Amino acid sequence: MKVHEIPQDNIRTLGGYRKLLYAIDENGHYTGAPTTGWEVEEIVLLDALEDYDRKAEEARHKVLKKQSSPIEYFMYMRRMDLITLAQAMGLFRWQVKRHLKPGVFRKLDAARLQQYADLFRVPLATLTRFEEEI
Amino acid sequence: MNVQHEFQHRHYAHCESGVVTSLLSHQGLSLSEPMVFGLAGGLTFAYLPFIKINGMPLLSYRMYPRSIIGGIQRRLGVKFQSKTYRSQAEAMAELDRFIASGRAVGLQTSAYWLPYFPPEMRFQFNMHNLIVFGKENGEFLVSDPVADHVVRILPEDLQKARFAKGTMAPHGYLYYPTVVPAAIDLKKTIPLAIRKTVNMMLHAPLIFGLRGIFFMADRIENLQGRKDIRYIKLFLGHIVRMQEEIGTGGGGFRFMYAAFLQEAADVLQSQALREASLKMTDAGDQWRQFALACAKAIKNREGAIDLAAIAGLLRTCGNVEKEVYLLLKKMA
Repeated sequence: MKVHEIPQDNIRTLGGYRKLLYAIDENGHYTGAPTTGWEVEEIVLLDALEDYDRKAEEARHKVLKKQSSPIEYFMYMRRMDLITLAQAMGLFRWQVKRHLKPGVFRKLDAARLQQYADLFRVPLATLTRFEEEI
Repeated sequence: MNVQHEFQHRHYAHCESGVVTSLLSHQGLSLSEPMVFGLAGGLTFAYLPFIKINGMPLLSYRMYPRSIIGGIQRRLGVKFQSKTYRSQAEAMAELDRFIASGRAVGLQTSAYWLPYFPPEMRFQFNMHNLIVFGKENGEFLVSDPVADHVVRILPEDLQKARFAKGTMAPHGYLYYPTVVPAAIDLKKTIPLAIRKTVNMMLHAPLIFGLRGIFFMADRIENLQGRKDIRYIKLFLGHIVRMQEEIGTGGGGFRFMYAAFLQEAADVLQSQALREASLKMTDAGDQWRQFALACAKAIKNREGAIDLAAIAGLLRTCGNVEKEVYLLLKKMA
């Protein structure tokens, strides 16, 4: 790739940062040069994020119908799946899976709930009063 | 505490090679990022179907985390002091002491906990490297090699980032160079480093190196019968995202390695290396074509995806790379 071929697509997923990459200048030498991003990166990232959003929306409906717990909603909101969430919590997968049951979720102790809230970067009340908050 | 030392922030393409390059140059050993990447044997390909990240196989275009720190020590006689911590409080207290004494240190962190990252990039990714070099008004001054300017972070956020749990959990991992030779014999080390990368790419089994690339091409082609278009698109997107992982220019670190080969050609006065660098650039461009085709398939809302054509583009990447390694093998 030549320096003048470096894409400068101003993609929004870079949040205004520029990245550095290596390309060939007019003298045939490799050099580091900044880019505002390539559309291709944005397409694939947004597609992956859309998938999480869709799953979060499904989870929200399930929570309101008492078929799941708010943990499932925030898991997808924060771009995680069950394994990733379990690892980030330091729990086994089956434990997190249990916490997705509304009945089990209601009986979780305050410390565990706080741990989830911290991980999801939301106030505790957002978890416990999901219906009013979300 | 306000401590700000002379530290030149520079922008790099990749976090680990960037941090190592930056710390070495801070200690007076000036090497380019591609040189550090190449000498440490940073280039690879691996497709691990049995390790899943968010339901997708792990794939990598560069060597595993911390391998650049390890590789550069082996090749250059540089010594890094590194440690992990049991106690978070102790880890943060010691960081304060390092900063107060004027030492810049590298840290392993989780992107999920870095507030200065764009929200779209804040995934549970525990292998992000950065440098802390000062403290001002209660905030740490951070030289994040993939950011184009100095950033700041609150101690409590940095603490969370250093102690995130999960795959490759950092456990507060901190490192800094202790022994840095004034000069190094690049003429001797470059061929050793190249030989290692070439052997790995040509001869590693099944899912690694060139075989890994062809294996992944077969996997893509085998998706042909799958009804679940959603999965196919996510799978292709996942491949491209791993390939683009910060600053590769779409070439999955191939452009960085081509830059290394070009620099190596100048050091060794080798025409063959110059040729190999051009060929590797060609390989990087092929990877970009592959990424573009995947993105087009994802964007295309209707119509079937031509998986055979996409797999074909990937095999071209493998074939062009193979020529590079055969060329390098002859001269090394």
